[in-house]
Amino acid sequence: MTATLPPRAAADPQGAGPARVNSYTSGKLPRWAAPALTVACLMGAIAVVALLAAAGAIGEFSLVLAVILGTVSAIALITTISLIAEGRRAATNRFMIALVITAFVVALLPLVSVLSTVLVNGAPRFDLQFFTWSMRSVIGEGGGALHAIVGTLQITAWATLISVPIGLFAAIYLVEYGRGPLARAITFFVDVMTGIPSIVAGLFAYALFALIFGEGVRLGFAGSVALSVLMIPVVVRSSEEMLKLVPNELREAAYALGVPKWLTVVKVVLPTAAAGIITGITLAIARVIGETAPLLIVAGFTSSMNYNAFSERMQSLPVFVYTQYANPGTDVDVYLERAWAGALTLIIIVMALNLIARLITRLFQPKAGR
Amino acid sequence: MSKRIEVRDLNVYYGKFKAVEDVNLTIEPRSVTAFIGPSGCGKSTFLRTINRMHEVIPGAYVEGEVLVDGNNLYGKGVDPVLVRRQVGMVFQRPNPFPTMSIADNVLAGVKLNNRRIAKSDAEALVEKSLRGANLWNEVKDRLDRPGSSLSGGQQQRLCIARAIAVEPEVILMDEPCSALDPISTLAIEDLIEELKTDYTIVIVTHNMQQASRVSDKTAFFNIAGTGMPGKLIEYDETATIFSNPAVKATEDYVSGKFG
Ligand SMILES: Nc1ncnc2c1ncn2[C@@H]1O[C@H](COP(=O)(O)OP(=O)(O)OP(=O)(O)O)[C@@H](O)[C@H]1O
Ligand SMILES: [Mg+2]
Repeated sequence: MTATLPPRAAADPQGAGPARVNSYTSGKLPRWAAPALTVACLMGAIAVVALLAAAGAIGEFSLVLAVILGTVSAIALITTISLIAEGRRAATNRFMIALVITAFVVALLPLVSVLSTVLVNGAPRFDLQFFTWSMRSVIGEGGGALHAIVGTLQITAWATLISVPIGLFAAIYLVEYGRGPLARAITFFVDVMTGIPSIVAGLFAYALFALIFGEGVRLGFAGSVALSVLMIPVVVRSSEEMLKLVPNELREAAYALGVPKWLTVVKVVLPTAAAGIITGITLAIARVIGETAPLLIVAGFTSSMNYNAFSERMQSLPVFVYTQYANPGTDVDVYLERAWAGALTLIIIVMALNLIARLITRLFQPKAGR
Repeated sequence: MSKRIEVRDLNVYYGKFKAVEDVNLTIEPRSVTAFIGPSGCGKSTFLRTINRMHEVIPGAYVEGEVLVDGNNLYGKGVDPVLVRRQVGMVFQRPNPFPTMSIADNVLAGVKLNNRRIAKSDAEALVEKSLRGANLWNEVKDRLDRPGSSLSGGQQQRLCIARAIAVEPEVILMDEPCSALDPISTLAIEDLIEELKTDYTIVIVTHNMQQASRVSDKTAFFNIAGTGMPGKLIEYDETATIFSNPAVKATEDYVSGKFG
């Protein structure tokens, strides 16, 4: 609203002549009021806390305390001033906006903190050797996580290959065909599966493969099976929601052209929902790629390279991070640095996955073109 | 190309709810039939039983017979897909496929059925159908743009082009002009006039002038009250329905004295 006013009137509504004032803006706080007040409150709070600390009233200076104090006082001050100057409705609005922004920042804090910590700690070993070496006969310095990266990529790829067809077909069945008790049963068990602890999935895969290969089996592929137990319900749920979003009118339009149901599903429903389904699958991958417990049980850990998911133990990044952290040698720092670098790699892989998903989404999205 | 439609003792249900009761009528080939009646009286519901679209809705079913050239659509072992290839439909709300271009939307009946078509034939079919729906001049320069980039009225004409591109024998239109401006409406009406020489056409409309302009016969549906089934009240030559109807309710409705 204020954007259409001349700058002077916007900054000083009362100062301008009555002919120039837009009556809709009268009694409004200028735009910069809230941000300025917030900054002022934060500075004030820091000063107060610093003074108190200097006076010895609260022990050491605490930035956290200052920020909390500043935020609370900023919210209170903005709301009060708005209540006096602008009235109830505007004050409520400002209060709610302040709460929303605070919640947003609070939600963002852990994320930023995790990212920066991992970046700072992971950077020292994020070097060429880390991506070209395995840990075979490395004791102490050097070594790399190539075997773990290869393992994670293979195990996750196999898990995706298992989960996507099963999950997608289950979702298609539920949305397009399923009626009655069978559909209800599937929905129920998918819900139950969503809550399975990952360690149980690992034990399940171990029990399954132990039946075939005997006790003590360790296989990369068994890890994939464990991960797919965790992944399938996520794929089913997200694909189901996306398929439900496809308007029935499109299905009817296809039927009315004499298109059989299965072709309608393949050529109309799936392409229309493709963007959302792919996003869902990527999120499902991101959900399982960091799983540690099941892989620890059923894929085992090793310091050597293994390109074959169907024989022998296979290292994966989360397990790599875990073993580096849990079993350090004499030079603890070297092991910890490798663990951090592994964590950083994992985060980067997940971020790359998300980026790819966004690209694919953009490519597949029905073009509005307006 | 065109077919006679006979409807016998038809009851239409949504689960337990009987939406349309006891319809009997005969639609001649190469004619235009208009369905009129107040909102909610079951015009769309009845129309959708003529190409077996009704059963697409969960729990919906039909009792009675619909004969197209003597073949019962609701007989045992009838494939609804084959029925719908002969009885096309244009919906109340335009519904172009959002993932397809304008040209692909017109060719949807061919492409979605995995049928092969030569490129030149495809282009000819697109132009013919779009001209038929009076849309060609507006979109000929952007045939590869998405169908959803058109205005509402253009989308509806695209849907009409899509329906006539598969050359059905019967075309059902559910208020095809409710989203159109008067010029496009006239174009559609002219189109209906032309199509009538080859096809059997059934059109639902709330526009009395439109019904009297385009149709040969008119069916008036009415509903006794909410929760009651809709019924066919009167079915006759359009001229008779609008000038000299046999039933009082029909006269009240067409002269606007309704309710
Ligand atoms: N999918 C549905 N499930 C249950 N009842 C429905 C469904 N669609 C329509 N009905 C009911 O069937 C009756 C007839 O609806 P219908 O859509 O055929 O009316 P209409 O004559 O086409 O009305 P309008 O002129 O507003 O389009 C109404 O009572 C409506 O509530
Ligand atoms: Mg209707």
